[in-house]
Amino acid sequence: MPATPNPATAATGLNFPAGTALTARGLSVHFGRNKVLKEVSIDIAAKAVTAIIGPSGCGKSTFLRALNRMHELNPDARMEGDIRLFGDDIYARGVEPVIVRRRVGMVFQKSNPFPTMSIAENVTVGLRLNGLRDKKLLAERIEQSLQMAALWDEVKDRLNAPAISLSGGQQQRLCIARALAVQPEVLLMDEPASALDPLATQKIEDLIVHLKKDYTIVIVTHNMQQAARSSDYTAFFYLGELIEFGPTAKIFTNPSQKRTEDYVTGRFG
Amino acid sequence: MNPANRQPDRAKSQHGDSAFKWLTLAMALVIFVLIGLIGFELLRGAQVSMHKFGWRFLVSSDWDPVNDVYGALPAIFGTVVSSLIALIIAVPISVATAVYLTELAPQWLRQPLIMFIELLAAVPSVILGLWGIFVMVPFLRDPVFPFLQKYLGFLPLFKGPTYIGSSMLAGGIIVAIMIIPIITSVSREILRSVPGLQREAAYALGATRWEVTRIAVLSYAKKGLFGAVILGLGRALGETMAVTMVIGNSSQIVASLFAPANTLASVIASEFNEATGPIYPSALFELGLVLLGVTVLVNILAQLLLKTFAGPSVKPQH
Amino acid sequence: MTVSNHNWRKFKNAFMQTLTFVCAILVVLPLVLVFYHLVKEGFSALNWNFFTKLPKAVGEHGGGMVNAIAGTFILLLQAAIFGVPIGVLGGVYLSEYGGSKLNWWIRFAADILNGVPSITWGVVVYGLLVVPMHGPSALAGGIVLGMMMIPLVMRTTEEVLQLVPGGYREAAMALGIAKWKTTVQIVIRTALKGIVTGVLLALSRVAGETAPLIFTAFGNLGWAHKLTEPIAAMPLLIFNYAISPYDDWHRQAWAGAFVLLMLVLAINVGVRFLTRDRFKQKA
Repeated sequence: MPATPNPATAATGLNFPAGTALTARGLSVHFGRNKVLKEVSIDIAAKAVTAIIGPSGCGKSTFLRALNRMHELNPDARMEGDIRLFGDDIYARGVEPVIVRRRVGMVFQKSNPFPTMSIAENVTVGLRLNGLRDKKLLAERIEQSLQMAALWDEVKDRLNAPAISLSGGQQQRLCIARALAVQPEVLLMDEPASALDPLATQKIEDLIVHLKKDYTIVIVTHNMQQAARSSDYTAFFYLGELIEFGPTAKIFTNPSQKRTEDYVTGRFG
Repeated sequence: MNPANRQPDRAKSQHGDSAFKWLTLAMALVIFVLIGLIGFELLRGAQVSMHKFGWRFLVSSDWDPVNDVYGALPAIFGTVVSSLIALIIAVPISVATAVYLTELAPQWLRQPLIMFIELLAAVPSVILGLWGIFVMVPFLRDPVFPFLQKYLGFLPLFKGPTYIGSSMLAGGIIVAIMIIPIITSVSREILRSVPGLQREAAYALGATRWEVTRIAVLSYAKKGLFGAVILGLGRALGETMAVTMVIGNSSQIVASLFAPANTLASVIASEFNEATGPIYPSALFELGLVLLGVTVLVNILAQLLLKTFAGPSVKPQH
Repeated sequence: MTVSNHNWRKFKNAFMQTLTFVCAILVVLPLVLVFYHLVKEGFSALNWNFFTKLPKAVGEHGGGMVNAIAGTFILLLQAAIFGVPIGVLGGVYLSEYGGSKLNWWIRFAADILNGVPSITWGVVVYGLLVVPMHGPSALAGGIVLGMMMIPLVMRTTEEVLQLVPGGYREAAMALGIAKWKTTVQIVIRTALKGIVTGVLLALSRVAGETAPLIFTAFGNLGWAHKLTEPIAAMPLLIFNYAISPYDDWHRQAWAGAFVLLMLVLAINVGVRFLTRDRFKQKA
């Protein structure tokens, strides 16, 4: 593994109990002539929740999207650096983004269940379109994924109802179930609760804490309380740079950088 | 699922992706194939006539199947004049209606009117032609033409016998009816795309509704409206069935609008099936080529005007 | 501002409002008149025979145009088979692989093609198919209508696909679904209603086309037994009957026009109801 150029990461000297899921080294992303992410190096702990915080425009969403190559959907995007998923270089020649995305799932800010499909179809769409036909296995996955997403009890009697008949919070949990159904190793969440009411937000947060037993989770949020409540590690981004990274408790109570302190205490952002 | 059993899928999805992209690209490129085909077939069909008559074809006013001599001038003349009549009638009515629909009409009336106009656009040309033959032409023959002659008869345009009915003027009117819906709906899109701020600024000056329309809307939308009119002209030049049925089908150049005439499209429609020998069909192909050239040029102009007009994506409709 | 000036402005406002209203009435008037005469002349000429019998020779009363009604549907079916796949897939390219200069040219060319006079299409297909096949045929008629549908369907397909929120594409891609499967199973499926609407409107437009059929389908007083034989179509029969000198045929023309207009308007009105709630659900 190449030497870490970023002092912020090196200084933390983190030792993850369940190992490292993702390592990014010298990660930069340009959109046209704009450099929105500047030489970021960071390790993401396996089976833990890592929160990415920072003011809008700091590159946190871009960072998240680089982790499963979603930024490539934008034709102007260009990326430099190196990202490894459990040791595999996800940008290596011949590695298809489609395969990377099956291993690194994603949940979006706005819930986006497919409107033409039922609840059950939404859960299994990733599997079916990747060639899984076994009805029994699909039925198992539906229950399993909805259980994990804490939605099973609410929808088990109407699995064939249209997905868009669900409430906003339920739709977002359905999207989580849909992402879980393909059994990814890492789950990325881009402000998953920002469009929800407090009660639904609470449920999503509980779910995140629950899911880390099995999954590596990276969550982008602008909500400081949410980061403090549900994450184990926190990374603070500012103007495309990783300013500070460490255990959440340390970032929120005893940050080593002045800018981090200013941000988490609400002095700017 | 472990990475190993994902291997076979990888190749499949990559091939699937590029195959699908190439398939859709090929289908999109069919557009160019069609354009090439149209140009090629018309040029090929017109060879004999082009060879025989050369450029004289465009300026000769003889269209004489009996002696196998052909000139396009009467048809070009008829096309231009009938389209001009159509524009003179259709443009003020269409633009005024578009203004009414976007600026002046009460809200509850707008949707039903718009729906009516869209339905009018959907009426097949042949049905309008049928109505033209049996309702409009008899009505023009009596009382409209005699009335026009009585009061405007001093002009050469309104001289000559009025009893035929099927005439240049009838053709122009029916084309006007055909192109009113398209000019109206494209104009409406243009007017709708005028920013609301423009209107508010004018209202804030204490302008009346009409003044707002004139100052803020019409002056802003001039170029786009011109594009709508040119688009209508393109349709008018190529309009076939309804014109063929009421224009009288006579290849002559006379001043009287009460006299039968012909257009490029109507000559082809009414004579193609009877055309025999090597030259006659070829001359009709060449008329088609002239018609294509003119309409394509006019349509390019219209599209450029509409596309450079800020904002609206105006879809062509018929 | 003087009072008289103010009154003059108010009068001008009212005058323009009235004038534009009158113009709107003038626009609607032809449709009302056409509709009135079609119902008056056409509906009364309709009877059971019209839908079940073949045309009678001149001078004989009765008869119908069952062959022309069937012919129109056969032509439309062929047109759809030929034109819809090309139009829809081309529209998919414009929407999903967009952004390049090439797309601008394709769109531009499609818009120009939409403005090509229908008679021109007829002449082109005459040279392309009728001459080599030694005569007009149902096949040539179907193909010419299909060709006319291609640019129409392509543009509407592109438009409705672009209405599909990008979030659905992203969600599918994030599940590791290949782009072409995302396009077919998610994007097209979401926009299916809109695509079907576009196809139906294109069909309703070519259903009334006459000019391109005169030298391709040609018309037939009986049945076409093969696609290589000339075939009857409602618009053609209406045209031929209308320009004939016989009262019986005029009556049939009115009846045919009534049925054809009902068909076209039914599709137009029908799709308006179909699409009323398109994308109403929040995306």
